[in-house]
Amino acid sequence: MNILGLYNYWIVVVLMLIGFYIVIAHENLIKKLVGLSIFQTSVFFFYISMGKITGATAPILDEKYELYSNPLPHVLILTAIVVGIATTALGLALVVRIQEAYGSIEERDIQEQDAHDQLECQLEAYGPSSMEISDEQEQDE
Amino acid sequence: MSDLFAVVMLSGIYSLISASLFLDLDAVDVAFTEASVGAGISTLLMLASLKLVSRYQKKTRYKPILAFFVVVTTGAMLIYGTLDMPHFGTADAPVHTHVAPRYLNESMGEIGVPNVVTSVLASYRGYDTLGETLVIFTAGIGVMALLMVSKQTKQESKKLIPADMQQQIILRIVAKMMIPLILMFALYVQFHGDYGPGGGFQAGVIFAAGIILYTMLFGLSTSQEVFKATTIELFTAAGVLLYGGVGVVCMLLGGNFLDYDFLKHDPVHGQHLGILLVELGVGITVASVMMIIFFKFTWRTVKHKYKK
Amino acid sequence: MELVLDIISWIFLVTGCFFCLTGAVGLLRFPDFFSRIHAASITDTLGAGLILIGLMFQSGGWGLVMPKLVLILLFSLLASTTASHAIAKAALKSGLKPEVSSADEPSEGESSSKL
Repeated sequence: MNILGLYNYWIVVVLMLIGFYIVIAHENLIKKLVGLSIFQTSVFFFYISMGKITGATAPILDEKYELYSNPLPHVLILTAIVVGIATTALGLALVVRIQEAYGSIEERDIQEQDAHDQLECQLEAYGPSSMEISDEQEQDE
Repeated sequence: MSDLFAVVMLSGIYSLISASLFLDLDAVDVAFTEASVGAGISTLLMLASLKLVSRYQKKTRYKPILAFFVVVTTGAMLIYGTLDMPHFGTADAPVHTHVAPRYLNESMGEIGVPNVVTSVLASYRGYDTLGETLVIFTAGIGVMALLMVSKQTKQESKKLIPADMQQQIILRIVAKMMIPLILMFALYVQFHGDYGPGGGFQAGVIFAAGIILYTMLFGLSTSQEVFKATTIELFTAAGVLLYGGVGVVCMLLGGNFLDYDFLKHDPVHGQHLGILLVELGVGITVASVMMIIFFKFTWRTVKHKYKK
Repeated sequence: MELVLDIISWIFLVTGCFFCLTGAVGLLRFPDFFSRIHAASITDTLGAGLILIGLMFQSGGWGLVMPKLVLILLFSLLASTTASHAIAKAALKSGLKPEVSSADEPSEGESSSKL
């Protein structure tokens, strides 16, 4: 019983790790954003579950009730949710621009294109003399 | 799962379920916000951007063992860390001993608003909320800067875009019945936020949802006749200005910034007025930012349609 | 009087729960998309509707709760039926045919089970 009373934190940790895993392991940028929002929700759960008191009611004052849950986490999370959607929208806008610029939203494609562009830039800058080196680099890859 | 459409829908369902969990944890206002934001607007925006990027994910053969290892290690450490935390639902946890009792016991006398969440949001922690409103405003500006629309597209679209769902008669009729009620409900949530769950954030999102529904069914050009892009842009700023203006007026009347006691002779009445105005400012900003973000995404789709 | 109201409301609540359950079972077990959406919309209309009616009997008189529940009922009836209609129409438009009998075309069953 002693340890089981902490189950809310474990749910939060599991949710947070699911979100974290999606963010670092998946290549698709939209999926990364979904992962971020799961991560975000886990933090919301952390705050809200800390504010809960067993047997209490929602913090809307009324003569019938004595015990209320803590209103402070509610306030913080309420604003955080709306800020979260605003930032998600910003992220989505960035994803849209990336799609327009690179033609893909897979991280690997983007990095490959970037590496390719870099090589071309080097070729232009140093002229044909550095051609051999960059050819070797390409072979290495 | 390589179909991103399914991913987005599942994340919407996840938001709705977490909203009901919030309700169970006594956080009615948070549940309300999560239901309208997470399950409503967020899913919508993700779908709108899916329309612009490809719907299917590329298959990768890469197995992220390192990522899995990192995640499991972090998880083990976090769970070890929870062992010292106070148990779930205990009334004497450190969180409940510091400022919360003061809010709960004295907000009725000092502010006179039954919903403590509203009074803390708009009055006790007014600075905080001003900051959050500014963050939303900034995000709106960011989206506007990233997804600019040229004048040419706008002119072309006036002739060209038919609404996507022109033929859906049943949808149009039902939406026509629902939209005024949605907008009215938004206003109810806005001005009843002192007494029940609700307030500027939720009301703004619901209002925007009503307008977005209208836009989806009747076409972008029809709704732009009522809600011109420049007008909405003005409104985003006007909301923040209203919030900050209330603060400045408080200063001019002899109080501190956002100290509503001085707005009227009776401090409680002053607090009431202040909260009402501030929530209105928040509502205006949130609604217009959400609308702007959606409009920008839709303009992008229009542009892509007619560029090709 | 209290007891009678309680009994009536519980009858409604239990029937509503039964329809929710059958809707869920149907959603999982029905063969093709159109019969599945039928099951899902039963959960929305009959299940949720009956539960709301049951709750109306519990709300205790003509207070503020009763009209709110009536409004929720009206909205959910309107919205969920329209949504089901829209989804079914979209499926039909994108070329998904209802599966009339499972025996004649196995390939069609495959394409519908993807959705």
